[in-house]
Amino acid sequence: MSTATTNGKKAATVAKSNKLAAGAAEWVDDRVGLAGVAKKQVRKIFPDHWSFMLGEIALWSFVVLLLTGTFLTLWFKPSMAEIHYDGSYDQLRGVAMSEAYASSLAISFDVRGGLLMRQIHHWSAMLFIASMFVHMMRVYFTGAFRKPREINWVIGCLLLLLGSLEGFTGYSLPDDLLSGTGLRAAHGFTLSMPVVGTYLSFLMFDGEFPGDAIIPRMYTAHVLLLPGVLLALVGLHMLLLVYQKHTQYPGPGRTNDNVVGYPMMPVYAAKAGGFFFIVFGVTALMGGLMSINPVWRYGPYDPSQVTAGSQPDWYMGWPDGALRIMPGWETELLGFTLSWNVFLPIIVLPGLMFTILLMLPFIEAFITGDKRDHHLLQRPRNAPSRTATMVALMTFIGLLWAAGGNDILALKFSLNLNYITYFIRVMVFVGPVLAFIITRRWCISLQKADQERLLHGYESGVIMRSPEGSYAEKHLPISASEAYTLTARDEDAKHPMPAAVDGNGVPNRKAQVQTLRAKLSDAWHSGNTQNPTREELEEAHHHASHELEMHEAASHDDGQQHDRHGIEGGELKKH
Amino acid sequence: MRLLTARLSAKRRSPFAGFLVVLLGLLITGGAYTLLSPASAETSAADQSTVSQGRQLFLVGCSSCHGENGEGIRTDRGTQYGPPLAGVGAASVDFQVGTGRMPMARPGAQAEKKEVVYSAEEIEALAAYVASLGPGPAVPEASEYDTTEVDNEAVVRGGEFFRTNCTACHNFAAVGGALPGGKYAPSLEGVSNKHVYEAMLTGPQQMPVFSDGVLKPEEKRDIIAYLNSVQEQPNYGGSPLGSYGPVSEGLFGWLIGIGSLVGFAVWIASSSARSKKGVRA
Amino acid sequence: MTVDHPGVEGATRGNQDAVEAQHAAGRNSQDRHAGPVPDPGLEEHEPRPTDVDERAGRRAERQVALMFLLSALCALLFCVAYFVFEIGETPDEILGYGASNVTLGVTLGLALLFIGVGAIQWARKLMSDVEVVEMRHPTASSDADRTETLKALDQGISDSAIMRRPLIRNSLLGAMAMLGLPTVVLLRDLGPLPGDKLSKTVWRPGMRVVNDVVGTPIRPEEVEIGQLINTQPAILFEEEDGERIYEGTPLLQEKTKASTIVVRMRPDDITPAEGRENWGVGGILCYSKICTHVGCPISLWEQQTHHLLCPCHQSTFDLADNGKVVFGPAGRALPQLPLMLDDEGYLVAQSDFTEPVGPSYWERGDR
Repeated sequence: MSTATTNGKKAATVAKSNKLAAGAAEWVDDRVGLAGVAKKQVRKIFPDHWSFMLGEIALWSFVVLLLTGTFLTLWFKPSMAEIHYDGSYDQLRGVAMSEAYASSLAISFDVRGGLLMRQIHHWSAMLFIASMFVHMMRVYFTGAFRKPREINWVIGCLLLLLGSLEGFTGYSLPDDLLSGTGLRAAHGFTLSMPVVGTYLSFLMFDGEFPGDAIIPRMYTAHVLLLPGVLLALVGLHMLLLVYQKHTQYPGPGRTNDNVVGYPMMPVYAAKAGGFFFIVFGVTALMGGLMSINPVWRYGPYDPSQVTAGSQPDWYMGWPDGALRIMPGWETELLGFTLSWNVFLPIIVLPGLMFTILLMLPFIEAFITGDKRDHHLLQRPRNAPSRTATMVALMTFIGLLWAAGGNDILALKFSLNLNYITYFIRVMVFVGPVLAFIITRRWCISLQKADQERLLHGYESGVIMRSPEGSYAEKHLPISASEAYTLTARDEDAKHPMPAAVDGNGVPNRKAQVQTLRAKLSDAWHSGNTQNPTREELEEAHHHASHELEMHEAASHDDGQQHDRHGIEGGELKKH
Repeated sequence: MRLLTARLSAKRRSPFAGFLVVLLGLLITGGAYTLLSPASAETSAADQSTVSQGRQLFLVGCSSCHGENGEGIRTDRGTQYGPPLAGVGAASVDFQVGTGRMPMARPGAQAEKKEVVYSAEEIEALAAYVASLGPGPAVPEASEYDTTEVDNEAVVRGGEFFRTNCTACHNFAAVGGALPGGKYAPSLEGVSNKHVYEAMLTGPQQMPVFSDGVLKPEEKRDIIAYLNSVQEQPNYGGSPLGSYGPVSEGLFGWLIGIGSLVGFAVWIASSSARSKKGVRA
Repeated sequence: MTVDHPGVEGATRGNQDAVEAQHAAGRNSQDRHAGPVPDPGLEEHEPRPTDVDERAGRRAERQVALMFLLSALCALLFCVAYFVFEIGETPDEILGYGASNVTLGVTLGLALLFIGVGAIQWARKLMSDVEVVEMRHPTASSDADRTETLKALDQGISDSAIMRRPLIRNSLLGAMAMLGLPTVVLLRDLGPLPGDKLSKTVWRPGMRVVNDVVGTPIRPEEVEIGQLINTQPAILFEEEDGERIYEGTPLLQEKTKASTIVVRMRPDDITPAEGRENWGVGGILCYSKICTHVGCPISLWEQQTHHLLCPCHQSTFDLADNGKVVFGPAGRALPQLPLMLDDEGYLVAQSDFTEPVGPSYWERGDR
């Protein structure tokens, strides 16, 4: 690798070539000729940071899902035909139920390891979507979605959407009381769609709810269609990652033009491969020790039965919460019924939120007009408006999520169910605004603290007394690499205010849009601290060291200098 | 169904089992009848003294809310302070006082289960007194809620009754659920057979009544038998995480799953210990 | 731009374009990050104990190998647990848990974890941890490649004559659009048309209201104040030629609409709406059990407040006041089934519901 350099004192010694590996590689290359492509990838560099492994959790839990899911298909019967149970679970013997439910019970009670695989499958589904969520938060908060990575952001959003759908179709398959209740609600959601709702529901369910078609149909979607699309998108996601190379955090030697880290072979093969086993291991431990979806306790689905605490899995919790806090609005219009109370929270809102999510990179690029390539990540504090936007969205979703568990909250914390609902009805509007304002101010304050540290050094914890008797804390300059890291940030991209008339006296027709964008970008960046110039920095340092000298001279006079004087900044920092 | 009975009889019963069950049933019913009917027929002097003992206890412990003669007290605003007790029956008293719900510590949305303040005899006396105010359901006999002799078919039927009548409030695993206005359906874990039976019979607080005419005594017993059987069964899949359904599962998925995996990620990416030896050595 | 003076091109461009040009020029340039502090360069590599101390290296090696051995041991234990612990009717227990699941999960989990932890320990302690710098290549292709590709693309387009012969282009687009139709039409047979199925239930005048699960009819004298009965129409329990009339899917479909609850309140507490005065029998009322919000069955009845709560989304209905919504997202009152007594003194329906039950839908008003 000609471009690669290292921080090692001597170049890594090339090991003796391994005959077996070389032989195998040659055999393959003789037939497919991949060495040309692979030569760069074998020692491809990935930066090392824990937050870069969040997406990996999602990837590996997806693999776990494929493995355990395949196992489950060997026994599961996606059929709604009625049978009378005669398996091992005493408390349901003789009860009429669908074959789907009976086979779920069989997997749980009559196949050794079946219950474990079911539980690993369900836990890793929860983790799959949860890790996609946290991965997305990391990508957004650090600005990794910016050019040239917008397409991967869009793919990621699609993965999140399809993953949630995959989850829904999955937990609806066992046909127990809880999953049937979820399907019943989904049926109600479909009915709420204006004009087409009724027809759509009859097509989906092959007639009236529950019918006998929905589980086989969802099964096809769950084991074939959605995983296929997910797999393709995951592949594309990874391909783009490899092509564009991973982003990295700023630091000494880390610039927008390089990537610093460890090579694919062997370090990342071991770390990523090892992490796969860890993810699988953790889900296996969870599957072994923590019960999830005990379908036998719910009983078979019956449209006249329901259980307290009927909730969807966590990732569907927030639209369910929106449904719970929505007032009961319904309009009769020319003899037709419009169910705002269902249609808005469960059809419109998720669609809207998804669109916003998808558009976030483009909205920001429109506002800032930033066309530069970004490979260095930003700290969340350095993009206050962006950080505040996501925190506001998270607050919104979080409140709805809490509303989705309002009955459990009421029960566990002895609260009034109705008051929780009223509270969230208000907070869902107030909360995001408050969150935005607070987060923005917070980020700006953190920037100021950074600036302070940069210009005046860090607080050493050493108190100095001046000859006049006043006390001051000794500030010591920060290290060069920290100073570099703090200042390694892009200048804010801004739109200039447009001129009404251009150089030739031709009126500017786009003036209105440009003015808007200029104002927006101003507002977006307002309050941001800018890097000091070299002169400012030098002056501040000069001032600081001067002050330090004054103090030290003073303490020297007192004859108390010995225990402090010799301590260097670097030494102090380590304590 | 045919399949089921075939398998059941092949697997679980000897040819005489059905005959034995019927015989046993007849014996129990007959026995219970002979035990019960004379008891309700005669009113002995001993009962009278129990009633008057109950009256004394009532005046001290209950009358401030329920009135001196159990007629109930209404507040000035017309809301019920303590409801009238004529006709609630001995079963109601046995449940409310026997689970510690009564006497209430303070007025509230709902009387909570707490430590029982009266002895078994005192509860019996109170129940006798309240029963004398008007006809109401009597404390059930032990044979009515004894589930030791119940067969699996009855347990299965109990499960169906449970899912139809009970899970909506008490949750699929009987750990309770929320009701409007700060009220709740309590957990049924650790509640005695008798108290579950009495609750169905009398409908304490917001709970509806499931009268014997509609939910037959043996059906109530089946429900109790189902509850006992699922509470006795092992937690097949590991810790039940409170049995609150997907909400607690989601919580634990995040805390334990994402929590531990992020912990692992931090460990993987952290740099390991450095040696001073090699540097500028 | 209507005016085009080649000589003053830069000046004629709008401000906007000028900014873009400026940004484009700054793309990927090094000095973009030329902040006030110079880059001190990559920190020098500090060796680990295992790099400089052969003993530490061997210790780490043994540690990793031990992990792999433990993993193998756990894999073996998994197989043991698989065959040792019973599942099925008489499952083995460990501390109140299903023995098979717990032991299989723990052994498999540890077997996997030990491999993972071992591999990572190997990477952390023994693999080279010298940081390597790789230069990025610009994501976009080189200008030359781009020009060439665009040229080829243009050549292709012009060779096809697709722009010059709009008839071909437009008719092709039309044909492609029309292909969408068979795709949609093909899905038509996914299900039947709704008809009036959503607005009708199996309730008929004179049909008995029976206990769910067992199907026994109900006499009003058995029903106490504060009682709740989960009920179904009698026909769902009736047999014809020894077979249930409704079984399997059709049974569930009818239950989805026809499930009811019967409650009894003090007659004084009930305020029937006009026309509903005779819908109850001595304070006994019958309501649809299907929530008007999204269709969950509701039976959380508070006998003292007469409120009925849906456990799915907390819609609350006042059964003493005609099923009116008092809280939550439901938009409509709970439909009431008019009750009367038959000759034998059992509760029966006066008619079907007078409005569609369950969640609202677009054509709901058509009935």
